[in-house]
Amino acid sequence: MSIETRVRRVGVDLQDSEDTRLLVEAMEADNPGLTVSQIPGIVKVQSTGEIVIRRRTVEEKAGRPWETHEFQLNIVSYSGNISEWDDDKIVIKWEH
Amino acid sequence: MAKLSMRERYSLLTRDLDWTPTYVDPKEVYPYTRYEGIKIHDWDAWEDPFRLTVDSYCKYQAEKDKKLYAVIESFAQGQGHLSLTDARYLNSLKLFIQGVTPLEYAAHRHFGFLARHLDGPGPRFAALCQSMDELRHTQTEVHTLGQYNKYYDGLHNWPQMFDRVWYLSVPRSFIDDAMTAGPFEFLTSVSFAFEYLLTNLLFVPFMSGASFNGDLATMTFGFSAQSDESRHMTLGLGSLKFMLEQDEDNVPIIQGWLDKWFWRAYRVLGLVASMMDYMLPQPVMSWKEGFELYFEDQMLGGLFPDLEFYGIRPPLHVEAAIAEKDVVSHQIYWLLYQYCFGTAFTATVPDTAHLDWLSEQYPDTFDRHYRPLWDKARGIQQDGGRFFNLALPQLCQVCQIPVAFTEPGDPTRLSHRSSVHEGERYNLCSDGCQWIFEREPEKYRQAWLPVHQIYQGNCGGAALPDVIAWSGVRPGDGGEYLGSPDHVNWERWHAAGTAASGL
Repeated sequence: MSIETRVRRVGVDLQDSEDTRLLVEAMEADNPGLTVSQIPGIVKVQSTGEIVIRRRTVEEKAGRPWETHEFQLNIVSYSGNISEWDDDKIVIKWEH
Repeated sequence: MAKLSMRERYSLLTRDLDWTPTYVDPKEVYPYTRYEGIKIHDWDAWEDPFRLTVDSYCKYQAEKDKKLYAVIESFAQGQGHLSLTDARYLNSLKLFIQGVTPLEYAAHRHFGFLARHLDGPGPRFAALCQSMDELRHTQTEVHTLGQYNKYYDGLHNWPQMFDRVWYLSVPRSFIDDAMTAGPFEFLTSVSFAFEYLLTNLLFVPFMSGASFNGDLATMTFGFSAQSDESRHMTLGLGSLKFMLEQDEDNVPIIQGWLDKWFWRAYRVLGLVASMMDYMLPQPVMSWKEGFELYFEDQMLGGLFPDLEFYGIRPPLHVEAAIAEKDVVSHQIYWLLYQYCFGTAFTATVPDTAHLDWLSEQYPDTFDRHYRPLWDKARGIQQDGGRFFNLALPQLCQVCQIPVAFTEPGDPTRLSHRSSVHEGERYNLCSDGCQWIFEREPEKYRQAWLPVHQIYQGNCGGAALPDVIAWSGVRPGDGGEYLGSPDHVNWERWHAAGTAASGL
């Protein structure tokens, strides 16, 4: 099994919760082609490119102010590199 | 006053509060960061992408704890321990508190050490946060699983068990090995190999397993802990890239550590493999499926092409781990089944539906090599017997699991290696463990191998009951599940109905 033949994806595993449902809606809006699947207790979000979580979109979906740090309450695990994390967005991607 | 941005707050807290010592040599202030050969030219190049500061750390950790303790309370008030799928499920929790919780505590201690001894303020603060996280995990796990300790055996004495019980020397030798290495090797072993490369195979199965088996409390502490874990993963990957970027001479040193620690961590996860496939009455995903998803797909497929940029290749012996995915859980659980007279969890033959599930998950190996063993063991039990293996096994000098694995690609041939060092022969379970031994024989010759120690008379006495009592394991903690106190109580409480349980 060579490494080259695999599809290279980034992903985030989130707790299956009400907040996560809104986060996933926001992520779907900002990341076309996102795949969302479920294992018990966990929502798995994957993409072949990068995943961006934007504060503004989450705030629109949630109808309340949201800090990017709040993402820490929902995340279970991720695959990729946290490339950026500032007040406005979180970007997860492979760098090389 | 305008609110500072995350970036500014982080910079002020981690950089502006630091100073360079002038009247003491920095090498005396930070004496541990040079002898391993890792060269660091600019500690400020270390960036924590989370940009966590004390105020936000406290705010979000408090919120996580509030959520968790609300669940623990309602669990206690609502007789939550009765809503599990089956009392057999508790075995997975016993393994967790005995084998994983002590690792969290050890990590708390050692990240506290790093929080003092790394030269750069950024990594020191990240290590401090992780040290606090690990203590929180230890405490929340004890508080959650303590709820079950009121009703079930095997959860009562885990710190002593961790130091003395044979199968727990597997995780214990792992963390002792890491803590006795230098700070950079520790970061590679625990932060990177364990927390980044393989953590998903440890925590996600326990949490999903809890979710699927009616264990709300464990699922909640698992998620609470795991939300910190993503920060630990980031520290793991961040520290690895930092070391690789600082100096080209660091690359071969780190490659050697990766080769060692991948296999060390992978062997510890063998216990998790048997948990996933055998201890959950309602299984979630097989070890094989988890390994393919979380290791082959995400790590080999995603991470390693990224690391190739720095001149890092996938660890040695990865192919052997891939080849073992069809057999490893069966071989370890078969060991646990036959030696469970000396464990603090019970074991039993899976029921027919569970065996059918294993046949489906492992079409190439299960029916041919393992189902016949279980059929035979069940036959013996149906005739009133129980197969226990009273001959103590040869343990591997490195991973400390009994030498009972098979050759890669051939489940019918036992894999047994040995190496001679200064006239003494040492036994190893695999090429991976042999490679690790031969790289540092002077370290591994000192391994505290339970079976050797028992035979040397250092474990409470010559007879098995003496050794078991010395280990802190009480009658009822281990042995066959059917007819065990946990089984009998479970049946009694459910026959009476939850309302009449009157505990």
